[in-house]
Amino acid sequence: MEGPGPSWPYLPNTPSDRQEMLRAIGVSSVEDLFADIPDELLNPALQLPTPAAELDVRREVEALARQNASPGGYSYFLGGGAYRHFIPSLVGRITSRGELATCYTPYQPEVSQGTLQATYEFQSLVCGLTAMDVANAGMYDGATALAEAVLMACRVTGRDRAIALDTLSPRYKRVIETYVRPQGITVDMVPFTVPEVPDDAACLVAQYPNFLGNIEDLAFLERKAHEKKALLVVSVDPIALGLFKSPGEYAADVVTGECQPLGIGLSFGGPYVGLFACRERYVRQMPGRIVGRTTDSQGRTGYVLTLQTREQHIRRERATSNICTSEALVATSAAIYLAALGRQGLRRVAELCYHKAHYAASLIREVPGYKLPFQAPFFKEFIVQVPAPVKEINRRLLDRKIIGGLDISDLVPNGMLLCVTEMNTKEEIHALRDALAWAAREAR
Amino acid sequence: MRQPPGEESGLCRESGLTLLMDQSRPGRVGASLPELDVPPQELPPDDLLRRDLPLPEVSEPEVVRYFTRLSQMNFSVDTNFYPLGSCTMKYNPKWHDDVAAMPGMADIHPLQPEETVQGSLELMYRLQRYICEIAGLAESSLSTLAGAQGELAGVLMMRAYHLDRGDRQRKVILIPDSAHGTNPASAAMGGFSVVSIPSTAQGDMDLEALSSAASPEVAGLMITLPSTLGLFDRHIREICQIVHRCGGLVYGDGANMNALLGKVTLGALGFDIVHLNLHKTFSTPHGGGGPGAGPVCVAQHLAQFLPAPVVEEFRSTDERCYRFATPEQSIGLAGAFHGNFGVLLRAYCYIRSMGKAGLRQASEDAVLNANYLLSRLRDVYHLPYDRRCMHEVVFSARNQKAGGVRALDIAKRLLDFGIHPPTMYFPLTVEEALMIEPTETESKETLDYFIDVMRQVAKEAQEKPEVLKLAPHHTPVSRLDEAKAARQPDLRWRNRKG
Repeated sequence: MEGPGPSWPYLPNTPSDRQEMLRAIGVSSVEDLFADIPDELLNPALQLPTPAAELDVRREVEALARQNASPGGYSYFLGGGAYRHFIPSLVGRITSRGELATCYTPYQPEVSQGTLQATYEFQSLVCGLTAMDVANAGMYDGATALAEAVLMACRVTGRDRAIALDTLSPRYKRVIETYVRPQGITVDMVPFTVPEVPDDAACLVAQYPNFLGNIEDLAFLERKAHEKKALLVVSVDPIALGLFKSPGEYAADVVTGECQPLGIGLSFGGPYVGLFACRERYVRQMPGRIVGRTTDSQGRTGYVLTLQTREQHIRRERATSNICTSEALVATSAAIYLAALGRQGLRRVAELCYHKAHYAASLIREVPGYKLPFQAPFFKEFIVQVPAPVKEINRRLLDRKIIGGLDISDLVPNGMLLCVTEMNTKEEIHALRDALAWAAREAR
Repeated sequence: MRQPPGEESGLCRESGLTLLMDQSRPGRVGASLPELDVPPQELPPDDLLRRDLPLPEVSEPEVVRYFTRLSQMNFSVDTNFYPLGSCTMKYNPKWHDDVAAMPGMADIHPLQPEETVQGSLELMYRLQRYICEIAGLAESSLSTLAGAQGELAGVLMMRAYHLDRGDRQRKVILIPDSAHGTNPASAAMGGFSVVSIPSTAQGDMDLEALSSAASPEVAGLMITLPSTLGLFDRHIREICQIVHRCGGLVYGDGANMNALLGKVTLGALGFDIVHLNLHKTFSTPHGGGGPGAGPVCVAQHLAQFLPAPVVEEFRSTDERCYRFATPEQSIGLAGAFHGNFGVLLRAYCYIRSMGKAGLRQASEDAVLNANYLLSRLRDVYHLPYDRRCMHEVVFSARNQKAGGVRALDIAKRLLDFGIHPPTMYFPLTVEEALMIEPTETESKETLDYFIDVMRQVAKEAQEKPEVLKLAPHHTPVSRLDEAKAARQPDLRWRNRKG
């Protein structure tokens, strides 16, 4: 059945290696090693494809990729929690290094200083960006980070009710419910216009900018939450913090967010990484890994995983979370992005988004049939009420090679959430305006 | 692993690499951005705007050198033998990264209209079918983002299943004493309490203890197969029957599936729910702690509870099409979108290129390699369970401890030989545990080198234990003061000059 050499590129053992090893073990066949498996269930007939070469599989995936519409052929005005931003080449070049990509969680700090120090940088950069005291090594994504923040707020307040503004992403709300419901915690949505916080609320949850693109009044929300000794929990788009005041400056207690905009490809929704930052006094209630700086036996600076008594491998069922493997390499990508863009670059990206989005809004407002229902300040996303069902408008935009905005007509009648970033050129914005005008005429 | 030159001359900078904020100089920037090509718009009121953005200012070459040098301080599968038990640190094919970076896959938006992402949906649908086939179960969801989230989904499905049947008193989940810490933590997050089941002296689950714990309060059992002792439980079918008889469900933690690919399916053994770790068994890189993916597979009677979304096939006119769907009584959305697609893509490539025959060969070689280590090291390291192992072997450093050397010291000494240590002190049920998982992607020569090193270290433990106690000697840093790190947490950059 087998030739003289290894049949599989990832399996170095040759038939003669195998024979030699079996002899050393003292068995005649590899099946002897599986003797504990019931005979009648051994080696089942599985319906799996036959092996294929690298070249064949590449062709197969390329063929599938051709069935997708992608930025090569389309301009994008779609956001809603995942965003097209410019990614400098150095991010991918560094994180594709095997030394960073093919190591495990840094349980052996002496040979993991690269991952550990990069994570310490990520924590530092997140603290700087959010103006918070401490941050962890990252959560699965922005939604689960927020869900864990609600759980933490309930732990530290001893309360089991969370209040969230109705301008929170519906997807984030669903993820929070997945996480908190089994623990008997309820989440009540309140209108952002009248954010009443009851006495027994553990936290007030807001998104910044909110799901509709607007900048929430965090100063007001802070008073509302803290009046009732509830925590203010804010989920951010980190790019917005290049331009707008950070939640930390408004005395937020926990800040979470989706780091995908920070140098992470869209990749159809993942892998991304969530940020999680809070006030120092809650550090021992945080979920997830935390890296700390210390010294070695010779007094040299080094980094380790720390405060591990919070975690599942030590505390088991009393851990602050079950999270183990998270998104370390993606967090490193975000750290590299933030390092490269830095103080000036992040501000600049945020300004480009702001100006282009506002320019696009000013053009679309003038197109007959289109309305911008909100007056509040916004960042890179805004709602447009379109003159026909959003689905229909979007279908026509596709004909013009445009991926239109998110259909949120379940929240705002005929509402489309448009997103404009530094990736959208002036020509694309004009083409969008023209296509919207055309789509409105066609739809009539 | 080099000493920086000039340490004696005083030219050497502070040990370690200078942090970004300490490298920062006003005016430097590490990336270029285009000019604004539209008329500038009015900015919002000043009091909404940020005055200070405390991020570093570093040039592009500095960023590249800094992170490249950091990477060189890591051990990794690409550079070192990494037999970390229960973590399946196998080789991660390089071309998978290229496929994950492919235009049309890497750059598509999760909320694009479904008719514009049929290629990705079809790939996800195929992967769902493949992993169901491997697990021997009916349906799956790829949406869970890591192993522990797969566990949580499993626990929540148990909860939903019992509540749906009006069975409200099931508040307990049974977990063997050798389980990963994530199992009890996931059970607790699902709102359950945990009862621990001991194992026998032979390393199988204690059936009597299980039978007496199996009550109408039990929602289910969470079990890892092979167990974290590296053993295939010989009573696994009886275990499933006992749990089913009391009305509970059996959940399989797929952390150790690398032993069983194509050899046996967990579904056939009686499991109801299984999660798989794509970043272990299916060869996606671990990334120093993620990204991973922990898809879940279930028997038909649990399909309606799967986490959302799942991908469905349907027919539109004559064509096969694909769409996202939320199972009828889904436990909910696991993450903001549809799972770690970039990881799923790599696992797809792995399964496609290995095929049925390759997957089976991989598990056979993984088990062969582990048993080879077992048979060649058992005379120097104590073997707490004297039987054939599966893909990993658990030794105890009990013999060495008598001479004052602990598992930790052995582990640290291995670093000097360029070998990443095995998992230590786990499972908790084995004294001074050393859990070794070589994986199938290591050659016999590498295993022989490891065997020689392990024997040498055992000898050193007898003859010069101080060499082990002070190890490692050739790493960028020596043993770190973890107590200090926890007592005086320093978790972020601060201006230490001012």
